[in-house]
Amino acid sequence: MDLVKLNIDGKNIEVPKGITIHKAAKSIGIDIPVLCYMELKDLNIENKPGGCRICVVEVEGRRNLAPSCSTNVEEGMVIKTSSLRAMNARRTVLELILSDHPKDCLICAKSGNCDLQDMAIRLGVRKIPGQEFAEMSTYRLDTSPSIIRDMDKCILCRRCETMCNDFQTVGALSAVNRGFQAVIAPAFEMNLEHSSCTYCGQCVAVCPTGALTEVDHTPDVISTLNDPTKTVIVQTAPAVRAALGEEFGLAPGTLVTGKMVNALRRLGFNYVFDTDFAADLTIMEEGTEMLNRLTKFLNGDKDVKLPILTSCCPAWVNFFEHQFPEMQDIPSTARSPQQMFGSIAKTYFADKIGVKREDLVVVSIMPCLAKKYECQREEFSVDGNPDVDFSISTRELAHFIKEANINFMELENEDFDKPMGESSGAAVIFGTTGGVIEAATRTAYEIYTKKELPKIDFEELRGLDGIREATIDIDGFDLKIGIAHGLGNARKLLEDIKAGKSHYHAIEIMACPGGCIGGGGQPLHHGDSKILKARAKAIYKEDANKPIRKSHENPYILELYKEFLGEPMSEKAHHLLHTHYFDKSKKKFQI
Amino acid sequence: MSSVKIELRKDQVDKIRQIAKTFKNDPGELINVLHKCQGEFGYLPAEVQEVVADELKMSVAKVYGVVTFYSFFSMIPTGRYPISICTGTACYVRGAEKVLAEFKKQLNIEVGTSSPDGKFSLSCLRCVGACGLAPVVLVGDKTFGRVSPDGVKDILKEFEEM
Repeated sequence: MDLVKLNIDGKNIEVPKGITIHKAAKSIGIDIPVLCYMELKDLNIENKPGGCRICVVEVEGRRNLAPSCSTNVEEGMVIKTSSLRAMNARRTVLELILSDHPKDCLICAKSGNCDLQDMAIRLGVRKIPGQEFAEMSTYRLDTSPSIIRDMDKCILCRRCETMCNDFQTVGALSAVNRGFQAVIAPAFEMNLEHSSCTYCGQCVAVCPTGALTEVDHTPDVISTLNDPTKTVIVQTAPAVRAALGEEFGLAPGTLVTGKMVNALRRLGFNYVFDTDFAADLTIMEEGTEMLNRLTKFLNGDKDVKLPILTSCCPAWVNFFEHQFPEMQDIPSTARSPQQMFGSIAKTYFADKIGVKREDLVVVSIMPCLAKKYECQREEFSVDGNPDVDFSISTRELAHFIKEANINFMELENEDFDKPMGESSGAAVIFGTTGGVIEAATRTAYEIYTKKELPKIDFEELRGLDGIREATIDIDGFDLKIGIAHGLGNARKLLEDIKAGKSHYHAIEIMACPGGCIGGGGQPLHHGDSKILKARAKAIYKEDANKPIRKSHENPYILELYKEFLGEPMSEKAHHLLHTHYFDKSKKKFQI
Repeated sequence: MSSVKIELRKDQVDKIRQIAKTFKNDPGELINVLHKCQGEFGYLPAEVQEVVADELKMSVAKVYGVVTFYSFFSMIPTGRYPISICTGTACYVRGAEKVLAEFKKQLNIEVGTSSPDGKFSLSCLRCVGACGLAPVVLVGDKTFGRVSPDGVKDILKEFEEM
């Protein structure tokens, strides 16, 4: 490795050639403030437009200050990161940004979790000279089913654009216009709802300010909980239990399943159930569909659609509806666990407890923002009554718990209610990349071979690489599995299928980094893959600790089929647990 | 930026495809492709940008971003006689704002739009380098200097359809 010698703040150092001043300074413990810059190291994502100029430093012999996040080190450089000139410039830059930023911090959704606010605190800004003369740019508020765009609060760091375009390859957002009118927006500045946005929420996850936030249904949930005519039940997605604790100061990867259940009961939910129950149900349906397609294929049927793609992730569903509508017949028709839960809750369970559909309210706690949109899809409602009424995120649940004066840390562990709170370990791992296909493989193997699995854990399907593959020996048949997380990675696998180059039989896709554990509604991980790894580990730990680890052995699932659904893929199951997809590519732009 | 809604005919779509092809459908040639398309259509309506995005395999949002960044590109059809009023410093201090207001009043249109008959369109620009003649107005390639609000009527009269 080539090294260069330079001097930063009086210290002589040697660093690898080609790194930035910012990184060189960091290597000796000097933390130059950055605002627009973002590095998600393990996802290979770096956003360094060099636009905000907060990170400027003085380089001896240069006329202008250099943005340290995007200036590479050179031999013999003498750098001052805290000279009067650099500090003054930094402060002026921040004052200018603040002069065109709303001052409603007290009631902003990002308050306390805002990089701009942190910067104002760090630099000790006490007034904004000339604020009374400053022009403020204002834009139309754009509210979609999942995400709110309040561009008055945008500081043009372009992190969202990087996630949307480079990582997800969705292309919904771009910088448009110039000068004071410059803004990050969908094409023709139309609403997000009319763009190719998948609601994955990764833009919200990286937004430094309150410019991009989620639509919060907590107030609706609070009012239903206080309506005596309603029975309110809640379901919690697997990834929530592995991250919720972080909002209460616990280390990433601390499982808080029992405390979470207790907290939800205290919040007033009549029944605390688990989305994992529906994940087991998903495996029964999706696994059967996969086996049916494979059996046809092995019997020489040339028209059978393979590979089969998973359909649990709502952002992924939106993605292929927008970008690959011609491939609508490849994904499984199985609804996502959230929707299967709602559908069964408002039929089977409502009947069981003798409550009318309209008096039963289903709330979901999700690590996801796309789930908010998914539960509003028309096909998931009966006569205008949605199967899932409200979806709130992990972050929102944490706020709700705090608001309700619940001392989370002191809570005793409690168990989910029966019957829809019982689940297998296979369902728990739905929360991480590779988990859905591992769960499906556990069940498909045993049903297909009629033999017990020699080993339940499929280590070869786990990990955090963007695209992974494995071959599983199912009684002499080599099942070829592909896994992608991040929509950019999914696109690569889809392009291969389109070109007839795919050799997989089954592919699992999750839109977010690491799967649901890195979802857009989770506590912010700031791209630290150590946090994602810790959450994944927690999920696999919960799986290993479960007495039942295969979906088809969940007794309450077997009872559900016996009492109500009949067989997997039966007519009733089809009606309640499967769906169809739409071509959204031709949706005309509404200008 | 507001735009006019149009339906592209098949031959127009083919024309855009052909233009993209001459640049090997290279996304790096976006500006050149847009330039040629504007030459063809006179402006860049949303529908044209959609086809360009499709051909260059990039998002419409990115294409729109470039179209709105460069003032050369327009999403509004220009009139047969495009009127540009200089609002650079010299023209501004010598009353360009009042001249602009008079054009708006006479034509009953806003900056960035064109008259319903497609005859005139109105835009502002910054400094044409004729500060000695401030305030300056361009109509097509004809230049008018020391324009006063009272003179606006006379200028428009010159372009009465011959």
